[in-house]
Amino acid sequence: MLTVDLLLQAKPSGLEWLSLSPPGWGKNMLVGLLSTVQIALGAYALGTTIGLLGALGKMHGGPILRGILEVYTTIIRAVPELVLILLIYYAGTDFLNRTLEAFGYPPLDISGLAAGIFVIGFVMGAYATEVLRGAIASIPIGQIEAAKAYGMTFSQRFRRIIIPAMIPLALPGMANLWLIVTKDTALLSVVGFTELATVTKQAAGTTREYLTFYIAAASLYLALTLVSNVFFRWLERRYRRGQAKPV
Amino acid sequence: MDWSWVATYWPDFISGIWITIQLMVLSLIMGMTLAVPIGLVQVTGPRVLSWLALGFCTVIRGTPLLIQLWLIYYGLGSLFPYMEGIRSSFLWPILREAFPYAIFAFTLSVAGYAGEVMRAGFAGVPRGELEAARAMGMRPFTVLRRIWLPRAVQNVLPTLANECVFTLKSTPLAATITVFDVFGVSTMVRQETYKIYEPLLFVAGIYILMTGVIVLIFRWIESRVPRPTMGGA
Repeated sequence: MLTVDLLLQAKPSGLEWLSLSPPGWGKNMLVGLLSTVQIALGAYALGTTIGLLGALGKMHGGPILRGILEVYTTIIRAVPELVLILLIYYAGTDFLNRTLEAFGYPPLDISGLAAGIFVIGFVMGAYATEVLRGAIASIPIGQIEAAKAYGMTFSQRFRRIIIPAMIPLALPGMANLWLIVTKDTALLSVVGFTELATVTKQAAGTTREYLTFYIAAASLYLALTLVSNVFFRWLERRYRRGQAKPV
Repeated sequence: MDWSWVATYWPDFISGIWITIQLMVLSLIMGMTLAVPIGLVQVTGPRVLSWLALGFCTVIRGTPLLIQLWLIYYGLGSLFPYMEGIRSSFLWPILREAFPYAIFAFTLSVAGYAGEVMRAGFAGVPRGELEAARAMGMRPFTVLRRIWLPRAVQNVLPTLANECVFTLKSTPLAATITVFDVFGVSTMVRQETYKIYEPLLFVAGIYILMTGVIVLIFRWIESRVPRPTMGGA
């Protein structure tokens, strides 16, 4: 115990490790949190887009498109995210570089941010497809028939009726997906992207203050979740205005 | 694509699958056991316990499992060697392994997510049934054992299959703390054979099969459990 105490006296201890200036790692952790939020936002936008297209494809597409989408959503939801991230990361970058090579371009060094967004977004797209399909399917059919009776085209119906009527139905599921996406970004540390989990791993490994840094990282993720919860609750209240309260 | 390595490594994959099953089943059983009181106190109180349970669920559900796992393995694990006498105690051979830390982290995770599910399950049991049981003169614990818990479990049964698949899909995280589950084995194969895709695709296939088996098992269980309807069973 004595040697441990002597060691601790020589180095910063406890919370000092988290200060914003070196030797504290606080600034690095905040930068890590920022890239986590960036990846999560990008992935969420990509995933929602895939989900919207996927939901429409599943409901209105031909048998081949529907089959492909069914395979996509089933496989993505049955394989662990960690395995998917490795597969999509290696396969995606490899495929891109081979395509570039085939057209005579030099291989590209893909930025961690873009690759991370693509990987997480592609995985989230499968879940979003199911959430949005469920939401669109539960829009009362009369509303869509009424729009048809007015002579609206599909894109008009989509913009004016389907999207606004779907949002309150999809919000709880989509809020849940946002929380899953922010937490899934931590898995990117396995392929070495610089985000909060990677920075934490480096900080903890360098200083050997494992407990301090992992608790700090957990607090940052928790703060992100709690802030998001407040935001989504506000959003849900806003979009439920004028709707009958659930009984 | 070259699959010749499967012939050499299949025994490792079998033992990896076994470790994965152990991780999943042990943490599910212990996590579900913890989830019952965590869900119950949020419905019945006392207030202090209910806040504690809510806080626990919020923290577990609000932070990535990977960070929880590393916090427990590297964080707690780094404290034990400094504790007096722990190296010579019977606990040391257990605390030195990574497997118990993975089980502990996954158990807490299952308890956090399932605790929330059980809370809804307990809250969804009609008051009249509990009042009837009390009117029959049952003591609180008897009410819980005979009526409340079985009806709550019946309520949440459809979500249990999801919970199992979710747990199965978190088990490969254990490979990041040196547990040789089936994903850990695939990582080892990738390092030894310098193949990038084949071992990953192979292990993805194994997970798809395991998910399929879980879904089938639950479909079978659900077909045998009486539905909570009037007049039925």
